[in-house]
Amino acid sequence: MTGPGDRSGADASRGASSSGGGFRKGAFGVSGSGDTSGFGGLVRVEPGGAVALHSTDRPYGGWFDEVTDALIDAVGAATYAAAVQRVLVDRGEITYFVAREHLLTLVQALRDDDALRFELCSSVSGVDYLDSGGPAASAGRPRLHVVYHLTSMTFRRRIRLEVAVTVEDPHVPSVSSVYPTADWHERETHDMFGIVFDGHPALTRILMPDDWDGFPQRKDYPLGGVPVEYHDATIPPPDTRRSYR
Amino acid sequence: MTATGYDPYAGSRQTTEGRVYTVTGGDWDQTLGVDHSGEERLVVNMGPQHPSTHGVLRLVLDLEGETVTKARVVIGYLHTGIEKNVEYRNWTQGTTFVTRMDYLAPLYNEAAYCMAVEKLLGIEVPQRAQTIRVLVMEINRIASHLVGLATGGMELGALTGMTNGFRERELCLDLLEEITGLRMNHAYIRPGGVAQDLPAGVEESIREWLAVMPERLAGYHKLLTGQPIWQRRLKDVGYLDVTGCLALGVTGPVLRAAGLPWDLRKVDPYLGYETYDFEVPTADTSDAWGRFLVRMAEMTESLKIVEQALDRLEPGPVMVEDRKIAWPAQLSLGADGMGQSLDHVRHIMGTSMEALIHHFKLVTEGFRVPAGQVYVPVESPRGELGYHVVSDGGTRPFRVHVRDPSFVNLQATAAMSEGGMIADVIAAIASIDPVMGGVDR
Repeated sequence: MTGPGDRSGADASRGASSSGGGFRKGAFGVSGSGDTSGFGGLVRVEPGGAVALHSTDRPYGGWFDEVTDALIDAVGAATYAAAVQRVLVDRGEITYFVAREHLLTLVQALRDDDALRFELCSSVSGVDYLDSGGPAASAGRPRLHVVYHLTSMTFRRRIRLEVAVTVEDPHVPSVSSVYPTADWHERETHDMFGIVFDGHPALTRILMPDDWDGFPQRKDYPLGGVPVEYHDATIPPPDTRRSYR
Repeated sequence: MTATGYDPYAGSRQTTEGRVYTVTGGDWDQTLGVDHSGEERLVVNMGPQHPSTHGVLRLVLDLEGETVTKARVVIGYLHTGIEKNVEYRNWTQGTTFVTRMDYLAPLYNEAAYCMAVEKLLGIEVPQRAQTIRVLVMEINRIASHLVGLATGGMELGALTGMTNGFRERELCLDLLEEITGLRMNHAYIRPGGVAQDLPAGVEESIREWLAVMPERLAGYHKLLTGQPIWQRRLKDVGYLDVTGCLALGVTGPVLRAAGLPWDLRKVDPYLGYETYDFEVPTADTSDAWGRFLVRMAEMTESLKIVEQALDRLEPGPVMVEDRKIAWPAQLSLGADGMGQSLDHVRHIMGTSMEALIHHFKLVTEGFRVPAGQVYVPVESPRGELGYHVVSDGGTRPFRVHVRDPSFVNLQATAAMSEGGMIADVIAAIASIDPVMGGVDR
């Protein structure tokens, strides 16, 4: 496929991130391009990579505090403290990082409590944070995230819940008993990321064929090259092409 | 089946080519243990290639006589991995992928994606670009509703509705072609604004279209609304009330036909929709008939918005000033089609080395987007179209997930059609108006 020289750059950068690097080399993120401008020597430290590791301090501002207080009232302070690991306010959106054991308690309260009323589950999807910069994925920093977007039609508010699990133990309770619309969303997330939603009525593949092997949206899913009809020629997979690194 | 004993349904014999099995079938009764004392149950597999299923949609229907006892929906026949593909292209190139999802509402995909990227970047697009976005999106809404009407009509046997719907849709597509260069899959809305300004003379074209359309829409009322057959095919068919809609996550015309005036243009305005004067049409019938009426009324409302957008167009830039993002913004139409404007090429090739480097870096690598995640919903012709976009700070999207309204609304098929007649399944699905490109992505 690709020559040994082409691979070395990729291996070097993977090695850097797996040793807990959390930095990015070069002004434009490209390595091995023969850039002599000096910008290639820049090293920028990015503490969390794509996952912000910090928590926003209260007050969160706007109606975020109102919702958080109502949620604490609804589930109790002890449960809230155990359930919500971090809260992040970014770009006018609030994200609750939730422990999976308490997910169902939270969504039930979020849907049914009079002060919360998140009637609509807009979307459930997954994100695989492998190689996203920052410390490498570990048991303490799981790479698979399930993201729930809930909408309150009464108060016209949107919040995001995020549950992180490891690849080795990808179990999350299904919210389809609370939000029936999550049925297909969870099937898709299972199909693409291999997350197992416990309690889902029929967790099967939905977009990929039933006998498909692997979970395509995971970041380590092999992309494959395209065979071409010329002698000794192949098109390398997109992630190993020079310009896409 | 045992390997050794004689099997009457899958006998085998030795040949020179090896062992050959002859499967004769007919053993379902033994295998499934169906008793004949009950009523006759028939499983019909409809689609994925069927002219009445609104695309490559497969329905597995359990029938008792003509009554549907169970409806299961199988999707995925049009899955092309767009969400995955976007992760290997830069932010600007992402537009050309997302526009191919819901191919009847391409401009909504582009707009929602670009608004998500802009929210991550923390930039605001110029006023003129916002107005142009509203303008093209509303023309697109009319085109999309017309196709929903046309294909729905065709599936129910109203073929004149089909020919008329596609005729008027062609007028909309002509406008979009004049503005963007393409009939579908425009890639016209880009992060930071739109690809290029409105061409000269398009205002007259839109005003002519605005003059023609009300009369054409009235024609649909003449052709369909008062027609007894059309009414009987739609009334009390595909019933789903507000509670059912919310439980199943159904939004758009289906929800509004159940009586809830939930329209993101009103309740969560974007692109200055709060400044336009328009109504949110609703119905209280919760059936396919109400959805038809809501879509008809929405087209009239969209015409009002297009006219207002046209009136308030002020000269100005259509792309952000920031040169580190604004690409491509120097396009023009040459003798051989659209490309970089000659002035821009002269500038970067002849006078400024800096500009050349900048152009090269921007085109080959693209711009960086600060790390984080956003969710941006817009009201597409089919409901809430939401883009969940995650950036890791790189030149490519880290993850783009699309909450496509067709995907979510299609879950309501069973609730709408179980217990009804098989012919009404067609009407129910047509009233959801799913686009399989968006469902399967």
